[in-house]
Amino acid sequence: MNRKKTSWLVTTFLILGSLLILFPLYLTITIAFKTPPEMAGNLLALPKSWSFDNFAKAIEMTNFFNAFKNSAFVTIFVVIFTVLTNSLVSYAIARNLHKKFYKFLYFYFLSAMFIPFPIIMLPLVKQTSSWGMDNLVGLIILYIVFNLSFNVFIYIGYIRAIPVELEEAAIMDGASTWGVFWKVIFPLLAPMNATVAIITSLGAWNDFMLPLVLLSDREMATLPLVQYIFQGQFSTDYNLAFASYLMALAPMIIVYIFAQKWIISGVMKGSIK
Amino acid sequence: MKKKNSVFLIITIPAFLLFFIFHSYPALQGIFYSFTDWKGYGDWNFVGLKNYLNVFKDGRAGDAYLFTFKFAIVSTILVNIISLLVAIGLNSKIKFHKTLRAIYFLPYILSILIVGFIFNFIFAHFLPQIGDAFGWEFLTRNILGNPDLAWIGIVIVAVWQAVSFNTILYLAGLVTISEDLYEAASIDGAGVWTKFWKITFPLIAPFFTINMVLSLKNFLMVFDQIVALTGGGPGKSTESISLLIYRGGFEGGEFAYQSANAVIYFIVIIVFSIIQLKFLNKREVEN
Repeated sequence: MNRKKTSWLVTTFLILGSLLILFPLYLTITIAFKTPPEMAGNLLALPKSWSFDNFAKAIEMTNFFNAFKNSAFVTIFVVIFTVLTNSLVSYAIARNLHKKFYKFLYFYFLSAMFIPFPIIMLPLVKQTSSWGMDNLVGLIILYIVFNLSFNVFIYIGYIRAIPVELEEAAIMDGASTWGVFWKVIFPLLAPMNATVAIITSLGAWNDFMLPLVLLSDREMATLPLVQYIFQGQFSTDYNLAFASYLMALAPMIIVYIFAQKWIISGVMKGSIK
Repeated sequence: MKKKNSVFLIITIPAFLLFFIFHSYPALQGIFYSFTDWKGYGDWNFVGLKNYLNVFKDGRAGDAYLFTFKFAIVSTILVNIISLLVAIGLNSKIKFHKTLRAIYFLPYILSILIVGFIFNFIFAHFLPQIGDAFGWEFLTRNILGNPDLAWIGIVIVAVWQAVSFNTILYLAGLVTISEDLYEAASIDGAGVWTKFWKITFPLIAPFFTINMVLSLKNFLMVFDQIVALTGGGPGKSTESISLLIYRGGFEGGEFAYQSANAVIYFIVIIVFSIIQLKFLNKREVEN
């Protein structure tokens, strides 16, 4: 690798391409700070003054902090319980794959990956609303359950690579199955837990369709759903709309700036399984 | 030993029941109601295969399928070509490697819906402004407002976002290829093109297969981008199958009818995936 010379041609092409990715974000940030009269001029120009008026208005209009609270609540609970429960279920299946029932379970969860959500959407919404689950708690439960399908798949591959001898040693020392899992296996799963946590949090934070069909109360709307609900009211006040979009995107972007190395490698690990 | 078995059952049985109740049971209900005339409320009767026959005769459903196929196939091909190129670029010796990789992956972490809203503005206001300034006629009108061109706008946004994930997957494959292989090929006088087709492509073929299947499946389910960009319009020109099921099922009182549509849609997705896997696996073997 080191013997090769740096390719400036490739670097240049990649930089030009990266501008295509950064450009919509540049536009979002500048428009969020502009005033409506400025929109008539050159859209590429920087704002004349960096005022936070649009943000203040958007926070009030969309009740931003409420939506942020909803999104954070859902994401945090989904991530914690997905990692704890899905890893446990995967462990139970992985260690018993030679038995019929567990083998069936493995393929059962796996096959669900091929069923697109719109297919179960209509009956699911009927069912959950009649059971009083058309709220954030219902949303959290559904995410955790649905996540099983993909997570069982990636956890089991990893658990099968952990030598059984480790567990046997712990059992000799008097540990129960629970003890073995939480004290021996769960810590060894740390890299996979991180991967699952990252993919799960991105999914829960950015999802639009499930909150759209499930939640009946506007007060419960998550950040993406709020942007959809207020689309009509933003109307042609693009400065207000973009301030609202930027605030909805910002938490993830900030996390990404600090943790991009882990996020990229986490997603990479999950996808090559 | 007996105690150990019961612990594993205590763990897996609730998981199985929950999954059945919230995933399989709704799916089975959907299949059941697809043979009835239920509106989503009130009484219902069995109608046999009537819903299925009607879906095949329904022009709106037909258009939704055609649009979704066209969108999904074009997007899948574009995403895979572009992400493979970007991944090869990121894998070669370049400056700012870490920063560029972080930028190319950025779209993956953003909400598709909000990205769609931002692009909606770009198509409606920014591109026409550029068109006016440079006198480029084709840019002066919003393409999302043109029934023949609106789908291209949706492809652009979908590709913009999906390239990030596919690039990472290709990159994961590319880093496993040893540099020695290329050096040996260079000594034998192989050019860039030969090296790509004889070394790179065969070695990342499994990643190519996964990427093609996953992207096609995701694009066949397109929903968020369309809600944000066109809402299915102009007219019904960009109404995807997911959007049609959502609209008809929740707003149009067509619960049973759209359930039949969903079953057909499911079969289509399975058939597409199997065909793709067969075809791409064959290629892998030949290479």
